[in-house]
Amino acid sequence: MKNNWPIWEVFIRSKNGLSHKHVGSLHAADAEMAIENARDVYTRRTEGVSLWVVESKNITASAPTDADALFEPAANKIYRHPTFYNLPDEVKHM
Amino acid sequence: MPVEGSNKTDNQDFMKIFDARIERDEKVEPKDWMPDAYRKTLIRQISQHAHSEVIGMQPEGNWILRAPSLRRKVALLAKVQDEAGHGLYLYSAAETLGIERDELYQQLLDGKAKYSSIFNYPTLTWADMGAVGWLVDGAAIMNQVMLTRTSYGPYARAMVRICKEESFHQRQGYEILLHLVKGSEAQKDMAQDALNRWWWPSLMMFGPTDSESTHSEQSMAWKIKRKSNDELRQAFVDATVPQAEVLGLTIPDPDLKWNEERGHYDFGPIDWDEFWQVVKGDGPCNRERMAHYTKAYEEGAWVREAAMAYAEKKQKRREAAKSDLQVA
Ligand SMILES: [Fe+2]
Ligand SMILES: [Fe+2]
Repeated sequence: MKNNWPIWEVFIRSKNGLSHKHVGSLHAADAEMAIENARDVYTRRTEGVSLWVVESKNITASAPTDADALFEPAANKIYRHPTFYNLPDEVKHM
Repeated sequence: MPVEGSNKTDNQDFMKIFDARIERDEKVEPKDWMPDAYRKTLIRQISQHAHSEVIGMQPEGNWILRAPSLRRKVALLAKVQDEAGHGLYLYSAAETLGIERDELYQQLLDGKAKYSSIFNYPTLTWADMGAVGWLVDGAAIMNQVMLTRTSYGPYARAMVRICKEESFHQRQGYEILLHLVKGSEAQKDMAQDALNRWWWPSLMMFGPTDSESTHSEQSMAWKIKRKSNDELRQAFVDATVPQAEVLGLTIPDPDLKWNEERGHYDFGPIDWDEFWQVVKGDGPCNRERMAHYTKAYEEGAWVREAAMAYAEKKQKRREAAKSDLQVA
């Protein structure tokens, strides 16, 4: 018998004020069970205050082969960073 | 993949990029190109690791109902539950390599996939819960700490999570023995007996010596492994001998001796015939472990099916309610 429980990706907010962060995946028959399983598998030591589960098939990821095309253009735009601009020492914090 | 001129060049280019990434100590992530053999090696190693966590629950599960106090019972229960969790983290890491969970389970059920031989030894007394936590988890920690730096991202992250949980496992085991050695003569003998039985199998956990290990060299080159079997085994012996001294127990090895020159303990020869016998299926509990696993798997089938059927029914109801609304 094939176990056709779908895969869910699990995200945990470790405390209020922080974003949910991906921690891994698990199998569950539906979203409700995915939350219950995520509680048992990923938060046995108070790792979180909130859980998100997303069925894996609903996630669209960028292709690693596109990484250069997508992210390279940002590499030479050093003028987007504060250190690109020279200020006199008298101006202490800006 | 068709073997065309252009594809071959592509593969060679990808290979160069891959090798350079390993060289730079950059992690490999699931959707990145990787050599087939790297993928296969990882699937084999990670699933074997996952199966070990799962089968490893049996020898300790054996004592949960007979734990001598509530304190010991909650600790052992929590430890065994952690091991189930470790299995799940690892299965999900293996699945990122493109193999399905069912196939992984099936490989174990069919005996095609292995698990750590240490779990084919019986847990005869309560002192074994001490020795297993101290030595078996101790040996596993040596290996797993190294694997937090493995080159495959999801495996490394699972290891970080696991290592955080392991240290309690070893400490609770050691504490069990600490109490026994302070007890009656019979209790102290029980602790010594457990050490006698678990010492050599624990050393075998690191696998064959480097010269005999078939997969080691390539795994080191790919930085899946960062230390050799013998290096890890030596580190384990060096760390464990002083801990045995604190307990006042004797490690069952007449050749065990500090070697000033090497800065390590020398230890006697390992019985590799026993090791291979257990690996090949003839250890004291191989059949029992697999029979128990298979029974649990089969008896759980209706639960897995029922949960899916219920989920589908709920989904249909939701859809029906939605279309009712639209009609109204
Ligand atoms: Fe574990
Ligand atoms: Fe453990």
